[in-house]
Amino acid sequence: MSSPVIELEDVMKIYPLPSGDVTALSGVSLTINEGEFVAIMGPSGSGKSTLLNQIGCLDRPTSGNLFLAGKNTREMDDRELTSLRLSSIGYIFQKFNLIPLLSAYENVEYPYIMKHRKNDDTGRVRDLLAQVGIDEGLSAHKPSELSGGQQQRIAIARALVNDPAILLCDEPTGNLDSKTSLQIMEILEDLHRRGRTLIMVTHNPETADYADRTITIRDGRVA
Amino acid sequence: MIKKDIIFALSARSVRLHFLRSVLAALGIVIGVVAIASIGMMGANMTLSVTEELSDMANKLTITPYTGGGGGMMRGGGGGRVVVGSGSSSDDDDDVIDDDQFRDIERIVAKYGTAYTVRSESDRIEVGSETGRATVYGLDADIIREILTVEEGEYPKSTTSVVVGPTLAERLDLKIGSKIDIGDPDEGSTTTVRVVGILEERGMSMDLSTDMAIIGTDKLFTGIYGGEGEYDQVNVVVDDLNDIDTIKTEIEDTLNKKEDEVTVQDSSRIMETITSTLSTMTTFVMAIAGISLLVAAVSIFNVMMMSVNERVREIGILRSIGTQRPEILRMFIYEATIIGIVGAVIGAIASLIIGYVVVLGMVGTTEYFFAAGSLIYVPMAMAVGAAICIVTGVYPAWQASNLDPIEALRAE
Repeated sequence: MSSPVIELEDVMKIYPLPSGDVTALSGVSLTINEGEFVAIMGPSGSGKSTLLNQIGCLDRPTSGNLFLAGKNTREMDDRELTSLRLSSIGYIFQKFNLIPLLSAYENVEYPYIMKHRKNDDTGRVRDLLAQVGIDEGLSAHKPSELSGGQQQRIAIARALVNDPAILLCDEPTGNLDSKTSLQIMEILEDLHRRGRTLIMVTHNPETADYADRTITIRDGRVA
Repeated sequence: MIKKDIIFALSARSVRLHFLRSVLAALGIVIGVVAIASIGMMGANMTLSVTEELSDMANKLTITPYTGGGGGMMRGGGGGRVVVGSGSSSDDDDDVIDDDQFRDIERIVAKYGTAYTVRSESDRIEVGSETGRATVYGLDADIIREILTVEEGEYPKSTTSVVVGPTLAERLDLKIGSKIDIGDPDEGSTTTVRVVGILEERGMSMDLSTDMAIIGTDKLFTGIYGGEGEYDQVNVVVDDLNDIDTIKTEIEDTLNKKEDEVTVQDSSRIMETITSTLSTMTTFVMAIAGISLLVAAVSIFNVMMMSVNERVREIGILRSIGTQRPEILRMFIYEATIIGIVGAVIGAIASLIIGYVVVLGMVGTTEYFFAAGSLIYVPMAMAVGAAICIVTGVYPAWQASNLDPIEALRAE
């Protein structure tokens, strides 16, 4: 039995708006174990992205507790949460979210530099790019010069560069055609086979089929 | 930079990506730096050149009758003399220095230098058919020889010979041997004198202004205007500059014991006044030039706010993948700093060129341009320009670093 890497205890998220408070998550409790591949599904507005943002420490729950590797994130300040995002969490977005001013190589190297305070001299960045199928010629290009599939591969390499415990994917194939989606999903499945914990938000049942477990969210609750 | 700083690289690339916008913002700084530096240099050069000119006469004291209230003004014209030939030397209320007072001064000065008397009067003169006005000085014949330099001709010996200043000579076309009629024929007799020498140019000075004057002996002067034993001014030439204050105090203590009789002026005070006036003026004009830097600051603020607003999403990405707030802050401060430093450096180079031209045009000499006191304004203006840039960048950078990552990621 593998140990829990993510634990949510009655997590609530309420957005205060002038027109009245909006409850995005109303008491979510769940546990995700190390090495699991979990898909989070649900209709739009159900709160699945909000849930992912809580787990990814981009946002704080209004109430309830979130434990990452046994540590309560409620007790962490912004600096600690940022460090956590840098070292322990890899984020893969629907819109790739590469930094336009940096080349493909630099995009992957960026979190490495932020963590180690030096350039990568271990060849890790190059290896990761090769792993996701980006050759050296492409790695000098800026994101705007690359296709969506190529950008998402680079984003995956970037998410992996600091060897995070958890990989969070927010609709990773949402902006890709079916053939490219298949390739990206194969990369993610391969990462899972090698023991990485993956949590993926999707509304596509075919994509969700790759996961070990599917959690459905409806109206801010686990259905 | 030993280690390649990716945050700095991002700032530099952002500046390069918006090249025109950044250049325009930097141009504001360039203009501000040039304005401040060249005006500062102009002021410094003016002060230096005036100081140099004035220090030539720093070893002089002038003693003039106390005229109440204001005092301290230059008294070249001596237009106050009404009593002609009255000879009442004990009358201290008169607007003159009498023989007793002069002897006191001479006694005090004896140890330190020489004192001599000056009589002066502004009068109508006539040369051939041309008429005009000039100052007529009456000095001791030996003193004339001692303190004035004749460029052409010789020094006056008789009561009918005079030397004239170069400006007057040029204006009235006076030559050695020319005849001048002094005095207004409508008000009495005129005296005819002969020019025996033309003086070297001496410039404005508080002891004697001879360029536009006729200088004759005491006898000639009293012959025309009377006033035996009465003087308009006593000049003191001091051997050692350090004695100036001692002499001044002694003269004042002796002559002004009961009531104010004389005003003693030393040129160091005038020099101080002039240089402090110049520096006040320079500071004032520099402050006006500083407004251009303020305008530049506004434009940089605008550019920085635009840069932050355009890159909200990028900031969201950087934050979401683990960039700390201080690093985001640093990124935008760097951006403002790059603009500021580029602007300041270009401004410094431009201000050397423009400053040189301005100094040449306004001061007339670039002799002091490369003096430390003048060139100091270049790094000073650079520092002010760059500092303004950095300070202006702080608020936008702070705003950027405080963006909520989720909100920022949602931005398009």
